[in-house]
Amino acid sequence: MTNTVQFMLDGALVRATVADPSVTLLTYLRYEMARTGTKEGCAEGDCGACTVVVGELRDGNVHYRAVNACILFLATLDGKELLTVESLKSKDGGLHPVQKALVETHGSQCGFCTPGFVMSLYALYLKGVVSTKAEIEEAIAGNLCRCTGYGPIIDAATKMHEIGADELPDLAAKTNALMNLKRDVTLKIEGRAQISGGRTVYYAPVTIAALTKLYSDNPDAILLAGGTDVGLWVTKMHKTLNTVISVSDVAELKEIKDLGGCVEIGAGVNYSDAMAVLSGLYPDMGGVMRRIGSTQIRNSGTIGGNIANGSPIGDMPPLLITAAAQVVARSIEGVRTLDIEDYFIDYGVQDIKPGEFLEKIIVPKPAEGLMYGAYKLSKRFDQDISAVCASFAVLTHMGVTRRVRIAFGGMAATPKRAAKAEAMMLGKPFNIATIEAAMAAMADDFTPLSDMRASANYRLQVAQNLLMKFYLEQQGEVETRLLNKEPVYAQ
Amino acid sequence: MPSDTTGPQISDIKGAVHTDLRHDSAHKHVAGSAVYIDDLPEPKNMLHLYVGTSAKAHAQITSMDLTKVRAAPGVACVLSASDIPGHNDVSPFAGDDPLFADGVVEYIGQPVFVVAADSIEAAIAAEKLADIRYEILPHITNIDSAEKAKSYIEASQKMGQGDAEVKLAEAENRLSGSFRIGGQDHFYLEGQIAFATPEEDGDVHVFSSTQHPSEVQHLVAHVLGRPTNAVTVEVRRMGGGFGGKETSPAMFAAMCALAAVKTGRPAKLRLDRDDDMIITGKRHDFKYDYDVGFDSEGHISGLKIAMASRCGRSTDLSPAINDRAMFHADNCYYLSDIDIVSHRYKTHTVSNTAFRGFGGPQGMIGIERVIEHIALDLGLDPLDVRAANLYGDTGRNITPFGMKVEDCVAGQLLETLAESAHYRARRKQIRAYNASSKILKKGIAITPVKFGISFTTTHLNQAGALVHIYADGSVHLNHGGTEMGQGLFTKVAQVVAEEFQIDVSHVKITATTTAKVPNTSATAASSGSDLNGMAALDAARTIKRRLIDFAAKSYGCPKDRISFRNNLVYIENKRIAFSELTKQAYLARVSLSSTGFYKTPKIHYDRVTHKGRPFLYFCYGAAVSEVVIDTLTGENRVVRTDILHETGRSLNPAIDLGQIEGAFVQGMGWLTTEELVFGDDGSLKTHAPSTYKIPTASDRPDVMNINLWNKGRNIEASIHRSKAVGEPPFMLANAVFMAIVDAVASVADYRLSPHLDAPATPEAVLMAVMDIRKPREA
Repeated sequence: MTNTVQFMLDGALVRATVADPSVTLLTYLRYEMARTGTKEGCAEGDCGACTVVVGELRDGNVHYRAVNACILFLATLDGKELLTVESLKSKDGGLHPVQKALVETHGSQCGFCTPGFVMSLYALYLKGVVSTKAEIEEAIAGNLCRCTGYGPIIDAATKMHEIGADELPDLAAKTNALMNLKRDVTLKIEGRAQISGGRTVYYAPVTIAALTKLYSDNPDAILLAGGTDVGLWVTKMHKTLNTVISVSDVAELKEIKDLGGCVEIGAGVNYSDAMAVLSGLYPDMGGVMRRIGSTQIRNSGTIGGNIANGSPIGDMPPLLITAAAQVVARSIEGVRTLDIEDYFIDYGVQDIKPGEFLEKIIVPKPAEGLMYGAYKLSKRFDQDISAVCASFAVLTHMGVTRRVRIAFGGMAATPKRAAKAEAMMLGKPFNIATIEAAMAAMADDFTPLSDMRASANYRLQVAQNLLMKFYLEQQGEVETRLLNKEPVYAQ
Repeated sequence: MPSDTTGPQISDIKGAVHTDLRHDSAHKHVAGSAVYIDDLPEPKNMLHLYVGTSAKAHAQITSMDLTKVRAAPGVACVLSASDIPGHNDVSPFAGDDPLFADGVVEYIGQPVFVVAADSIEAAIAAEKLADIRYEILPHITNIDSAEKAKSYIEASQKMGQGDAEVKLAEAENRLSGSFRIGGQDHFYLEGQIAFATPEEDGDVHVFSSTQHPSEVQHLVAHVLGRPTNAVTVEVRRMGGGFGGKETSPAMFAAMCALAAVKTGRPAKLRLDRDDDMIITGKRHDFKYDYDVGFDSEGHISGLKIAMASRCGRSTDLSPAINDRAMFHADNCYYLSDIDIVSHRYKTHTVSNTAFRGFGGPQGMIGIERVIEHIALDLGLDPLDVRAANLYGDTGRNITPFGMKVEDCVAGQLLETLAESAHYRARRKQIRAYNASSKILKKGIAITPVKFGISFTTTHLNQAGALVHIYADGSVHLNHGGTEMGQGLFTKVAQVVAEEFQIDVSHVKITATTTAKVPNTSATAASSGSDLNGMAALDAARTIKRRLIDFAAKSYGCPKDRISFRNNLVYIENKRIAFSELTKQAYLARVSLSSTGFYKTPKIHYDRVTHKGRPFLYFCYGAAVSEVVIDTLTGENRVVRTDILHETGRSLNPAIDLGQIEGAFVQGMGWLTTEELVFGDDGSLKTHAPSTYKIPTASDRPDVMNINLWNKGRNIEASIHRSKAVGEPPFMLANAVFMAIVDAVASVADYRLSPHLDAPATPEAVLMAVMDIRKPREA
């Protein structure tokens, strides 16, 4: 089945011939299939106009999630079910309740973002229950609308279940169809890159053994997980990806295991699934994860990818460093375990060898009495890259700091601990004087950059202030977070 | 047309004026079946265009070798300045916007050439092969450096009345200040796009996502060196415009037309988001300085304002935009003795352009800052200072540009809204909250809006329409306005349905095309329904008159005994279906097609003295916003907003409410999260949604009460006594910024005025908080 990708669409099997393995689903839909309801607004997964819903098998059942088609390689759709805005038409040709609700509430103006909202709301609708306002906002945080101000769209999401409840898909039939598409061997697609004309190969192994072997044989290959970063190399940087190994179908990388004292999260687990577990252990970690990307991005992007790409502004590393997490790297030579902070050596340099890949992340459960805080600072609350991401973990005994970890993203060339500030706190009373001394020491820990997200001055100041905020929160100061702040006199 | 004061009569038809009617394309938007230009089927031999742009802010091109670009696989043609048969200019009037840079480049992103190839991938790959050499020239990228270099796009303009100098010298109290207001990217969801098809005789048909088809038509012809009638421009709908598709689209339409005519193949150019944000203009950023004199109750006695704006590399619409900033420097306040000077700076950055409000927001926020400053200085509630300075009766009703304000309802709106939103009680509660909250501080503000309606360039205030009735009674409606989501097509269809007294479903809304209605103005300045509604009404009335004449003759009854009501025509004691009358009229050889025309009455303006009546009327609104800020991080959120806005006798309250909410949130974005950052080299650093942050759903205040003012009625004879709605509510967001100012002021116990620039990003707010904590000189 080389060069052919199979997926289900509107109850029928689509066998798509893939000429260039890095062609995106959006391009294929719009220009090959003439399904133009799905729009391109940004081609980088930040506006949601291209939102589609993908169904895939997990534990023998089909699960649906909203994703951005603009940065999703068509090849990754193999064995899955696709729903686009055109799929929602009911048997009599009428509108789906989600669509009807948007019409009734005047939820569209220019209409260009609308199909994307429809699909994000459809994914929410499939949950079958009326959502809270916070859940609705979370579901559409990755969909930008420049016309309506969002009110009518939120109204529609609130009302959509009143309009029709019997429009849920026949899950058994859907599952059955996907079972028939299921592969148990490595998918290999060969093609020519549209821009360079060079030869390209795409592999999608299904076992970790096959992945290990393939990567050992092709150590220069690009490892593709959720594609929320790699997708942009194609759509924005117009790069040719010569050899791509998709890790998305490797079952072992998708496992989450509770081992008692810790949880192991496969490197291929997406944010959404990891968030469900981690927010139970570290509520503040969950709070920040809820603000990473958008629902669409969190449904695609993986924890492993966020660590592996070594970005100094990824949010997971600082959150995991303070949780004393470790990563497990695997190659044909075996596995090795290292502290996550040691993985980051310098800008663009990580402790990873050719042919070696991240297999899983080990996250210890919080020790009794551990104080843990996490903060994400950005211009916008939702779907923004952090100017600074901060995390603090402190364990005290008799009022004296016995363990302390302070880690930041956005403050250095790598995610980095504040060594001098930690030293200032360790073994000292956990009080305001120590905190102020640690804040001062932080100026020696970091020389941040100025860029379009924030100035160096702001970054350092706010890094210091966040330590104070963390401290005040431990002292019982409650009015410290803006999220869910209510007006003084709501009516 | 209702002219009484008791409220509008509502007709029995479906889709009557003054009723809620959903957007005509809503059911297509949600189904994904509404067609935008990129959704049109692509002809097999279609060319894809990709623009090659300047890498330097200001430089002489010493050599440009495009040989390798031309030789690249799939390339059909490469076009640059020397390939233009007509004029190398796509400016709206000043003649200083070359389609392709010729010799000198003046901003990073300025188009230098375009590649047309078989596929977009081939075009992109070919573009990279260009070899352009530059000799760097000194560049000016911001207001400060332009001020130093005295780099202007036109002479500074002055407006004013009374004697500010003397009044300031005599004033009981005097304050001065300075602050900056950022620009804004339109971020329409559908990027710029054009699609041209060559026709016979070297003519060309262009689909363009434009608010101004006539200008695109004119400029394409100008570039091709052909008469205007060789070009047809068409647009059914845009995926958003907001002013960003007023002058910019001509550039891309001209490139496509040129490629199409040159190769004989259809040509499409769709900008990638980053390229769109880098190549096309934005809202002007401003610097604002003031010197104000006032008495102990906050009455402003004298005021001097200096506004400076970054216009970018060319004139574009900057003169009119900066004029509008001056026109709104007063907002709702009578300023007896005022001097306004407006500097329009040329910089080596993208040429800034129209954006919802068109300079008005930048002008208006200044006076609101002045009032906040006065209130903090006197320890008064800013609402009282606002109320003290409002326009009033004779003696207090002349604007700085000499126009009499005859319709001011700002006072009534403020009073009604302050009451319904419990402004005064909440202000007290917020102060109590702030006294006990260490880290979080709240703020509240109420601000009014007065916004002038009409193009200030008088001749633009004209519109045309074309209405046909087919023999079966169905109506075909066309006019010069364009649909960008604002519901214009819906409103104009309502006007026509109302006139014929038929259900709106019988009125077919059709794409705007220069072939049907010529010489139109941009759909801009909030004027769409005012102008096109009137033109369509004129066309419908002409046909209706013919139908009445025919019926009177045919049925032998007096004309005044014929009336149209609820899909029927009453002819004395007979009644027949509307469609029956049109059929009979057709058989009797009565013309059932007519054009319509409208020009706005009363307006005139002298740009030399800056005096006159540039506006037919003003729109009013008011908003209260409550915010909370984090004094450790500068993060901020709007937690509640109440709005009371007047749109006269609204043509369609549901659509107007949508415009109000959308405009408010867009304004809120401008003043909070949306920050354009330019590098020292003049490059735009925030050119994608990953770095440029427009509001998302969770930024919308949790509590949001929006109401139309039910007493609204236009005192001018506008279309069904309605008022424009597109731009005015944008400035309701001033309340958000003033509330943040209030919250920051709480840090110094409301004794000092914060130094806060817009947008109020977390960084800007934290810096203002830190600044206000420092001791200041008296």
